[in-house]
Amino acid sequence: MALKFELVTPERLVRSEDVHMVVVPGSEGDFGVLEGHSPMMSTIRSDAAVEIYASEGAAPERIAIAGGFAEVNDKGLTILAESVG
Amino acid sequence: MASLKALKIRINSVKSTQKITKAKKMVAAAKLRRAQEAAEAARPYAERLAAVMGSIAGKVTGDSAPKLLAGTGSEQRHFIVVINTDKGLCGGLNSNIVKEAKLQAKALINAGKQVQFYLVGKKGLAPIKRDYAKQIEKQFDTSTVRNLGFEQAEAITAELLALFDEGKFDVVHLVYPKFKSALSQDPTTVQLIPVPSPEAAESAAVGASVEYEPSEEEILEDLAPRYVKTQIFGSLLEREASEQGASMTAMDNATRNAGDMINKLTIEYNRQRQAAITTELVEIISGAEAL
Repeated sequence: MALKFELVTPERLVRSEDVHMVVVPGSEGDFGVLEGHSPMMSTIRSDAAVEIYASEGAAPERIAIAGGFAEVNDKGLTILAESVG
Repeated sequence: MASLKALKIRINSVKSTQKITKAKKMVAAAKLRRAQEAAEAARPYAERLAAVMGSIAGKVTGDSAPKLLAGTGSEQRHFIVVINTDKGLCGGLNSNIVKEAKLQAKALINAGKQVQFYLVGKKGLAPIKRDYAKQIEKQFDTSTVRNLGFEQAEAITAELLALFDEGKFDVVHLVYPKFKSALSQDPTTVQLIPVPSPEAAESAAVGASVEYEPSEEEILEDLAPRYVKTQIFGSLLEREASEQGASMTAMDNATRNAGDMINKLTIEYNRQRQAAITTELVEIISGAEAL
């Protein structure tokens, strides 16, 4: 099962792919998003990194992001970040 | 009648003008492609942000909404952010933008409102100063920046929001050129603050219970300035594309006009040269006959 994940900055669409899990650095704590996660919306801590697990058990890929928020809906996870490090 | 030498000088000067306009046209064409790509790349972010704004703004209503969304409660003082280019050589683009801005200002003033200007880019300053010298609040210089980016949008937004927090104005409008094609750029006015409530989210989202972390109000408070920023960023990118598009068209016309002028001048030059030769021949022949 795959989670549709999108990472967008004002300058461009950085990522748009199917992944296993993404760990989002929410402002009230990290949370992992798998496929079928209930809808939620959260702001993101500044100067944190998202961890992307392409498949189960794979080593996470870390992308540093600054400012923004994450939205989970039935279509997948969208992270709107102000900049990507 | 200009002398042969004067004509020759004239032709050469038009030729070098043509070289300049031709070069500028090619530069603009190359830059246009990049500017257009940048404008397109920025679209997903703006779209998603608007969608999120729409779904969340419907849920937060009344007194809990942040000031950026609800407004200050009065509509007396208006602020017009005018986005102009920094460089000329782009045809009527800047004067069209200024015209639109002045039209808006006039309508507001006639309605008894106060109007202040916030100018981005150099080329709007002079024409707006002519009519509204005292109403120019600030000018944001982008001429020293090579690659216009999100940083500039951030700086402009920060200044605007600081002014808003000071209570300098109630409503902000944004006037910028909307890029349609290389041939046409429409000056457009949108309301920036209070953030106009986006269309209600699709009914599909209403049924689902969405968790908010932190609360809706806090997210919205975080979101509203971002929305303003994105709008300004988008308009800066539109400006960039419009400038290059208008410049390309204007320079193409100029190159063609210069070509026509060179043709006309060359015909004139040749005619005069022929006339001079004929006169000389007549003089020689009549001199020989006289002997």
